Amino acid sequence: MSGPALAEATAPVVPDRATPRRSRARVPRRWRRAVSPVVLVLAWEAAARTGLLAPEKLPAPSAVLATGWRLARDGTLGVHLLDSLTRAALGLLIGGGLALVLGAAAGLLRLGDDLVDPPVQMARMLPHLGLVPLLIIWVGIGESLKVTLVALGAFFPIYFNTYAGIRDIDERLVEAARTCGLGAAARLRHVVLPGALPALFLGLRLAIGAAWLSLVVGEQVNAQTGVGFLMMEAREFSQTDVVVLGLLIYALLGLASDLLIRYAERRTLAWRRGLRAT
Amino acid sequence: MATRTARDLTGPVLTARAVTRSFGPAVVLAGVDLTIAAGETVALLGGSGSGKSTLLRVLAGLDGDAGGEHAVHGTAAVVFQEHRLLPWKRVAGNVALGLTGPDVGERVGRALAEVGLADRGRAWPAELSGGQAQRVAVARALVREPDLLLLDEPFGALDALTRLRMQGLLRRLRAQHGFAALLVTHDVEEALLLADRVLLLDDGVIAEEVPVRLGPSPSPDDPALGALRRHLLDRLGVPAG
Repeated sequence: MSGPALAEATAPVVPDRATPRRSRARVPRRWRRAVSPVVLVLAWEAAARTGLLAPEKLPAPSAVLATGWRLARDGTLGVHLLDSLTRAALGLLIGGGLALVLGAAAGLLRLGDDLVDPPVQMARMLPHLGLVPLLIIWVGIGESLKVTLVALGAFFPIYFNTYAGIRDIDERLVEAARTCGLGAAARLRHVVLPGALPALFLGLRLAIGAAWLSLVVGEQVNAQTGVGFLMMEAREFSQTDVVVLGLLIYALLGLASDLLIRYAERRTLAWRRGLRAT
Repeated sequence: MATRTARDLTGPVLTARAVTRSFGPAVVLAGVDLTIAAGETVALLGGSGSGKSTLLRVLAGLDGDAGGEHAVHGTAAVVFQEHRLLPWKRVAGNVALGLTGPDVGERVGRALAEVGLADRGRAWPAELSGGQAQRVAVARALVREPDLLLLDEPFGALDALTRLRMQGLLRRLRAQHGFAALLVTHDVEEALLLADRVLLLDDGVIAEEVPVRLGPSPSPDDPALGALRRHLLDRLGVPAG
């Protein structure tokens, strides 16, 4: 008896005390989270300037940025970046498109499920980056190797999320659409596609992450262009600043694509904001 | 409208003969015969698991595995226990689902106005209360100008006050549009207030048919209602007091 009574008596007091403190701290908190990254970068800069870090091991961030600016101005960076982006886009398009078709077939049709899903489930267990030796034998060391790797990396997240997104759609909504006279094609457009869209976005985000990862590995195998090539070449001449720049570019590419997807998600999934508002 | 005029206005809107449905060894419907006349409201009463929702699903054409014959002469629309609105379409988009023609917007606006939600067309379903969402579901059925409205415990998930309002709304809409209705419910009171005829589903067949003659606007205090209510509750296995 005394236990719950005690809890009741103290429970309202705690949030009362905590609420004003938290609201006061909310504005500075955002800035507080920026403190440690800034300190780290400054420490890195200072360590490099004072010679604590040898420039051939890790150049100063300012030196990396200067190198980036130099390469951007003479056009080198643009060329390599464009090649990397082309590979990523092509691989995503091929792998993602195939995943979308097969995932939809497996998710929508019982026959598709029986025929497509077992081999895909088995292939999923293979780490696709471990396929590089085999892929070199199959498609050579040229462009097709890079694109194939990206396509393989992008395939699985999109396939599984397409499949799960379709399967998770409430059967009762499909039924309601049927009573409204919607045929199979109209149900696909008005119920299945929008219902699976959140999962599709999640799959796309994971796929883009996998695509960049595949690109990093693929571009280190006999590439003549691309950000990965830039880094491998710089390593041979001990241009550590270019290597670090390459890493920075990969990180920025990942960040930019994620922001882009998030923006697209916010635009197309506005109905979920309504869901959260209530 | 075309289907309405094409239909024989004096004939029944729904005929069902020897409808059967089993789930594995369990026979849920063991030969149901049912006819609903134009403009008539029939309530289908039954205990939990008596198969009344199964029968409605069969009649709505949502169950391909049922035996027997059934046909809707004209157009039918369904209102389910849950509103079943598509969360990714605004209210007006949900009502307009599957409609074609140049005047869709106007028809949707009229249907929403009839359920008292004329100003909520731009809202997302998630922003509505339970009663409002169910009214949108009614509007979605109504906008199709059905000859027959199939209602599967449409007010079962609503609170008592909202339920009373919804029952009033349904009565008013029926008086205005003259559609026939099959109302599946476990609520004896609701069945008696809304229906011209109450059917009792038991053991997979229509066990009893009770005509309700309470006048155009029955009041819950009508003594005739009390006797009927007692009788139906007895049949449903609810002992007196």
